[in-house]
Amino acid sequence: MSTAIATAADLAPVHEHELGFLRRYIFSIDHKVIAKQYMTLSALMALIGGGSSYLIRWQLAWPETSIPGWGPVGPDNYNALITMHGTIMVFFVAMPLLLGGFGNYLIPLMVGADDMAFPRLNALSFWTLFTASAVLIASFFVPNGPAASGWTGYVPLSDKALYTGVTWGQNLWIIALALEFASFLMGGVNFLVTGLNLRTRGMTLMRLPLLVWLELTAAVVFLLSVGPLVAGAIMLLLDRTMGTGFYQPDRGGDPLLWEHLFWFFGHPEVYVVALPGFGIMLEVIPVFARKPIFGYRMVVYSTIGAGLLSFIVWAHHMFVSGMDPRLASPFSVTTIMISVPFAIILFAMIATLWGGSIWLASPMLFALGGVATFLIGGVTGIFLGSAAVDIVMHGTYFVVAHFHYTLFPVVFFGGFAGVYFWFPKMFGRMMNEVLAQLHFWVTFISFNLVFIPLFLVGLGGSPRRIYELSSYETLKHLQPLHIIATLAAIVLLIGQLPFIINLVYSLLRGPRSERNPWHANTLEWTVDSPPRHPNFVVPPRVYRDAYEYSVPDAVHDFIPQDLAPEEAFGIRGVAD
Amino acid sequence: MFQFDTVERSLSRFVTGAMARRAVCQSNPGCLSGTAGASSAKSLTGIRDVVGGLLPENVSSFGGEIDSVFRLILYVVGFFFVVAEILLIYFAAHYRRSRAKRALYSRGEKAREAAWVLVPAAVILMLDLGIDAAGHRAWALVKQNPPRSEVEVLVTAKQFNWNFTYVDKNGKQGSGNDLTLENELHVPVGKVVRMILTSEDVIHSFWVPNFRLKQDVVPGRKIVAWFKVTKPGTYEIACSELCGFGHYSMRGEVIVHPEAEYARWRAEASVGAPASR
Repeated sequence: MSTAIATAADLAPVHEHELGFLRRYIFSIDHKVIAKQYMTLSALMALIGGGSSYLIRWQLAWPETSIPGWGPVGPDNYNALITMHGTIMVFFVAMPLLLGGFGNYLIPLMVGADDMAFPRLNALSFWTLFTASAVLIASFFVPNGPAASGWTGYVPLSDKALYTGVTWGQNLWIIALALEFASFLMGGVNFLVTGLNLRTRGMTLMRLPLLVWLELTAAVVFLLSVGPLVAGAIMLLLDRTMGTGFYQPDRGGDPLLWEHLFWFFGHPEVYVVALPGFGIMLEVIPVFARKPIFGYRMVVYSTIGAGLLSFIVWAHHMFVSGMDPRLASPFSVTTIMISVPFAIILFAMIATLWGGSIWLASPMLFALGGVATFLIGGVTGIFLGSAAVDIVMHGTYFVVAHFHYTLFPVVFFGGFAGVYFWFPKMFGRMMNEVLAQLHFWVTFISFNLVFIPLFLVGLGGSPRRIYELSSYETLKHLQPLHIIATLAAIVLLIGQLPFIINLVYSLLRGPRSERNPWHANTLEWTVDSPPRHPNFVVPPRVYRDAYEYSVPDAVHDFIPQDLAPEEAFGIRGVAD
Repeated sequence: MFQFDTVERSLSRFVTGAMARRAVCQSNPGCLSGTAGASSAKSLTGIRDVVGGLLPENVSSFGGEIDSVFRLILYVVGFFFVVAEILLIYFAAHYRRSRAKRALYSRGEKAREAAWVLVPAAVILMLDLGIDAAGHRAWALVKQNPPRSEVEVLVTAKQFNWNFTYVDKNGKQGSGNDLTLENELHVPVGKVVRMILTSEDVIHSFWVPNFRLKQDVVPGRKIVAWFKVTKPGTYEIACSELCGFGHYSMRGEVIVHPEAEYARWRAEASVGAPASR
């Protein structure tokens, strides 16, 4: 362990109740408070991003009607809505929740550290993201509206105000993304240093909880991939404001440059979001199956393999873009090969269930629901990864359904599994299980009813991002599928009410939680609920990995990582 | 060389043959005396019909190749998907918590245990490479080796229209009877049509679902694409890359004529509508 790094223990006074409200809750340097700030921001942005999906879905189902509670939506508004929906959901909901929220809360606790390596940098990361969010929200209110060139911001559409009519909205979109990237760059460095250097005594790399492994891999992938897009975004901003022509063919620029830079980051970004979501599922499943995770090392190596492969697949987004067609087949091979590490991770989760003693409590339901639905996202990716089939599927609703089936399971099923699982630790209170089960079943069923019809819409040939499909004779018959999807989407949105009610009720009135309500092994369960700051009274000592459940001859069916061997096995353990 | 079509046919016959024979026999008792061959031949297309029903009708010479790669992937991933979901649901239901019984202590680290995961993963890798090989053949056919063309068209996309200019074999205009049409492309059936696509403003994408043909149209580039239609009719062109507020209505039509009719149309159009540019 490095002693050169000042931890929060050195910086923060032990008696934090002496701090004022501002220092304690707003400009806190406690990683747990910052994590809750990330989660709150993510939830607020999800209200906007999720709410926009109501407008999008209504427009697609009943294009001739005015949207109840909103009014009519024109084609230009529609393009702005889909742009902001995608941008908000990927960059301002998924990343703040899974990296900023769960990563920040859990990495220090799980490795046995008192705080992040750089607590003030951590606060700066959050407030940079907060500023980015404010800039993005502000873009709704500038003249000519927010960005309307898709969340991928393809040039030249996003490059000249002439093409969309959007002026400052697009500039603010670029600035918001740049700030967001800066925030997660700082966050990523912090994650890495904390996860590698602040590990407590005995916490070897191969004893790290999988969530930490997956968060760290995500951080590395982000750090290595975001640079090119930052350069790309600066060139885009210069094109728009300074009259340069990096992306304008008549001035020597090239539109495909942006696509390469965007997807060189954009595809790894999928894994930046997916890996922490899987990390949550990988933590929840062993606890509720009372079994060690099946093949810990396989999962670790597959994670690293997926992270590496993610850097050499980006051009599968560009098979029909006009790039040299000879590039397609090599990128098909690498893309389809990604199925192997992810298959290993998913099979490991399923194999963990075999012979288990499974309790289908709400965190477990959400984790398994995530596995069940991600499988659909995974297998449909093979169609898109095959360049030949992608000629047909590219840019259709099949793609929309596919990436919702990959991101929703990790962000929402994974995220909700994490909230139901760690809520007792975060707030010292239990959540209501009846409401949680209701929340799961409504979410699970309605989510599938939204996106399975959209696969069929895509197979039927409908392009995505179209305001209405009635102008196409060959697509008209797909309209009933859009209506089913919209009705299900409304149920899905309403289905989040039990969660919100549960959250508020449990925060105020939930029964008090003990330290370790789920009988789990990782270090965060060995401290108070909620943990104090700094986290540990004395630095814990780790004796084993995080998944020793149902060990024969052990006193209990779980052995926390910091439990001394003689306590775990009684007198026989000492002899061993 | 792996012949997917042959495998698929025998697989299809195996799976649906028995079912179809029983169905036919219910309505036609005579089938028991040796007409089963006919019903099995009829059922041969069973799986293909179901899959085909999800996609728009294919009318291009190469679309069938793409569709067969699609079905190959569907069978492969469908198998793994079904097995994985069944195991997931079965395990979750069968190994529910019972107080009396402790869970099995298995870490999956020993080679014999890990094989349960690694062997399927290795099989997936092999099948992946099979999918890659089949996909590469279809891709190369559509995108890499355009055949000698018989009709040449310059396609110019701009917000929110498709313009089609007929040009001579060298891709040059001005041969006297060249002609530009808006949102309407007339081609003869059974002839290779070569398009040179370019855009005047933003990126568009030329997408004809019935042809299984999609190609982005990029400003500053001249991208070549081709197709050969097997059935006369009118087929829709959709723009499949977000190109602005009129993107959803950037619709065109390909009108595929029988050969004689095309010649007649071409003669009349050239007289009636002189070159617009």
